[in-house]
Amino acid sequence: MHVVSSLTTTTPLAGLLILVASWFLIGALGLIQPNRIGWVARTLFPLGALVALGIAGVGAMSLVPGFTAQSSVLALGLPNMPFHVRLDTLSGFFLVLLGSAGAGISIFAAGYFRQGEGTAPGLLCLQYHVFLASMALVVLADDAYLFMVAWETMALSSYFLVVTQHRIPEIRRAGFLYLLMAHVGALGILLSFGVLQGGSWQMTFDAMRAAHLTPAWASAAFVLALFGFGAKAGLVPLHVWLPEAHPAAPSPVSAMMSGLMLKVGVYGLLRVSLDLLHVGPWWWGLLTLGLGLGTALYGAIFAAVQTDMKRLLAYSSIENIGLIFAGIGLALLCRSFDMRLLAALALAAALIHAFNHAFFKSLLFLVTGSVMHATGERSLGKLGGLIRYMPWVAALALIGSLAIAGLPPLNGFVSEWLLLQAFLQTPRIPHAFLNMIVPLGAALVALTVALAGYVMVKFYGVIFLGQPREQGLENAHDASWLERVGLSWLALGCVLIGVFPQVALDVVSRITRQLVGTSVQRGPSPWWMTPITSSQTSYSGLWLWVGLLLVIGVTFVLVRRIYHGRVRRTPPWDCGYPWQTPRMQDSSEGFGQPIRHLFGPVFRMQRELPHPSDPKPTYRVQVQEHFWHQLYLPLGRLVQRTAERVTILQGGRLSTYLLYSFMTLILLLVWVL
Amino acid sequence: MPHVNFAAQVVQMLAGALLLISFAMLAERRSRRLLILLVWQGVVLVTSTVLVAASAHLTHLYYSAALTLLLKVCVLPLILFRLMRKLGIERDNEPLVNVPTLMLVGLCLVIFAFGLAQPVSALATTVLRKTLGIAIAVILLSFLMILARRKAFTQVIGFLSLENGLFFAATTTTYGMPMVVELGMALDLLVAVFIFGIFFFHIREQFDSLDLDQLESLKED
Repeated sequence: MHVVSSLTTTTPLAGLLILVASWFLIGALGLIQPNRIGWVARTLFPLGALVALGIAGVGAMSLVPGFTAQSSVLALGLPNMPFHVRLDTLSGFFLVLLGSAGAGISIFAAGYFRQGEGTAPGLLCLQYHVFLASMALVVLADDAYLFMVAWETMALSSYFLVVTQHRIPEIRRAGFLYLLMAHVGALGILLSFGVLQGGSWQMTFDAMRAAHLTPAWASAAFVLALFGFGAKAGLVPLHVWLPEAHPAAPSPVSAMMSGLMLKVGVYGLLRVSLDLLHVGPWWWGLLTLGLGLGTALYGAIFAAVQTDMKRLLAYSSIENIGLIFAGIGLALLCRSFDMRLLAALALAAALIHAFNHAFFKSLLFLVTGSVMHATGERSLGKLGGLIRYMPWVAALALIGSLAIAGLPPLNGFVSEWLLLQAFLQTPRIPHAFLNMIVPLGAALVALTVALAGYVMVKFYGVIFLGQPREQGLENAHDASWLERVGLSWLALGCVLIGVFPQVALDVVSRITRQLVGTSVQRGPSPWWMTPITSSQTSYSGLWLWVGLLLVIGVTFVLVRRIYHGRVRRTPPWDCGYPWQTPRMQDSSEGFGQPIRHLFGPVFRMQRELPHPSDPKPTYRVQVQEHFWHQLYLPLGRLVQRTAERVTILQGGRLSTYLLYSFMTLILLLVWVL
Repeated sequence: MPHVNFAAQVVQMLAGALLLISFAMLAERRSRRLLILLVWQGVVLVTSTVLVAASAHLTHLYYSAALTLLLKVCVLPLILFRLMRKLGIERDNEPLVNVPTLMLVGLCLVIFAFGLAQPVSALATTVLRKTLGIAIAVILLSFLMILARRKAFTQVIGFLSLENGLFFAATTTTYGMPMVVELGMALDLLVAVFIFGIFFFHIREQFDSLDLDQLESLKED
């Protein structure tokens, strides 16, 4: 580590490359004794977490004032086509995100992976660290070639991680769907880069920045990039792989995919739309904004009706990605009207939300992992009351749930508040219809956030509160100490950003200055965040914390002093029905019922209601997406039919095949003639 | 008529012989005779290469002639002969298309090949440029032979004859290819024949016959 630190003081970029290489090395070391858990999990994963911290630390160097972008050409790649890398504020920010959240996940994973669960631990270690390293390389890449190589490495390594338990057919199916969508998306990105090079046939990002595209081609590049990166990030309707793949993967992998990989998709869109492309027409922004808001609402509604805790979190990821994309869309929209300050505000909100989501979503996915290890269950209907048996996990999960629900003292509130502020400024857009339509987005954001709160009440309440719904739940054990360290690290991140949002705004302002030319000031006071003017709105996380703690403290003292000794314990009123079991608690289906009722047409529901005379009544409801049946399945059938047409060429007769090549030869020769 | 030296005239005659042998191969039904024709083709090729080498004073062509002699006249036919014995496939084999039709198609191919060679041979610098048409014709006829045969064994002979055509085209129009390329091709050919030999055994084991129509049953439905 000494060598690394001395190098990083000279150039951060060299340090980062060494750290990324050491991730690859750690992965390879896992193959030495792939089945020894003590070596792989207790030694290599903590080492990987250290490297992640190093990456976050060095990446943060790019965010200090006075930093100028560094670039370098590697001695790797094809002849005449070397790999280019570059560290600027945007890539530095995403490296900090990747490293700091990745460190927590790695520490948790050190305590999580056990013997005999599908793939050998050593192999998992390799895939896991290759996944991390490839994400870092995507962010560092400065030419389309390295970008695509790292991008595909990321997709493949995560695919293998998803199918860890490949003996289960549903998991194989989920993995295939993921791989398919990843490749379709990568195709879009590749084509987008092909357009972006603008006839110069140079694949470096510098050449793309310098290229002058006609408006039509620039729009084509933007739409292709939105498609490709949207497929990776989970933009509706390209999100279908997400609720399948996230639950299939082991929990630390779900946390990495949701917390980190989706952000790499966000990074890609930011890089192309705000850095490589010049200022575009306003409809780019409106398209992204509309898709983002739709995605957010769609994700929130579907999360509310899920009964599998990991699927619920996957839909919640879709919702958060939607909010991030809405922020990016608003930034693009304002940039095209040259409203720099508002663009900076929206972009800052999107970036901070990406960072927050990396922390709280990883935290919650890891919590589901601990719950699954302790109980063997992931269906919400079979959990409950775990707060008594897993106090640590329950406390940390509470922080994550409050943060994701966007409640004030924590980080989720900060970014959602900033996004809302940005939307409230949009009536100033100098366009007759947009200044009326876009502010409605504020209402949609508010609705989404409220639904997210509802979802989190369901998530936390059904798992941790109430009575255990099944017999064996009393035997659940709390997480191991390594798992607790990982969870606490992520929870700490949620709290810190919540307390010091102005620091986050300061950091992000360097990126907005690079991308949109100006930045949001945090305001005159060091303790308050005042993005617009103090006459309009201000927020201070610290003072809110102080106030909350004061109120809680005073209440506690008052209750102790005045109300002390007057507590009675009595059974609750049982409605005159004496035989009560824990299964009579409000279930996860029950929580979802109002949403299913309100948003009925959005779902494709299959319900089985019991007959009144049935001695063993069962109730089953299955909620599916319309997109699957009305878009993907017809598309799949179309591909199948086309393939069948083409198969006629393949008759199985060798002489026919030979005839094909012979006729091709003759035709080519005739052509030459 | 332009002045052409004696060696060139002989080579042109040999080229004619080559074409004749190709037609003979197209019509031949028995594997054993086919193999003998292949040997003859090799002999003609070696002779013409030596003549070209002598008239153009090129030493590297002698080497390639020696290589051809060793490989195409001695080693490969020997291997194939032993394979034929082991597999017991000396009996007749019927082409997919009847012989007269095949001959007519071959005739059209020869005309096509000559038409094709005209612009190229106008650019060539050697005295033997007229023979390029024949070389292309040999290549196309060999391809036709591969196409029209049922048995894997005869297809391999067609493949070797195709290679002969390529070699002839190279020697007559550009005085041969660089030695590295030629050595590489020779090695490829040797390896290919070995692999074919192994495949013969496998195909026969699987289908009790070397008839390639049987492979149709491998197709997935």
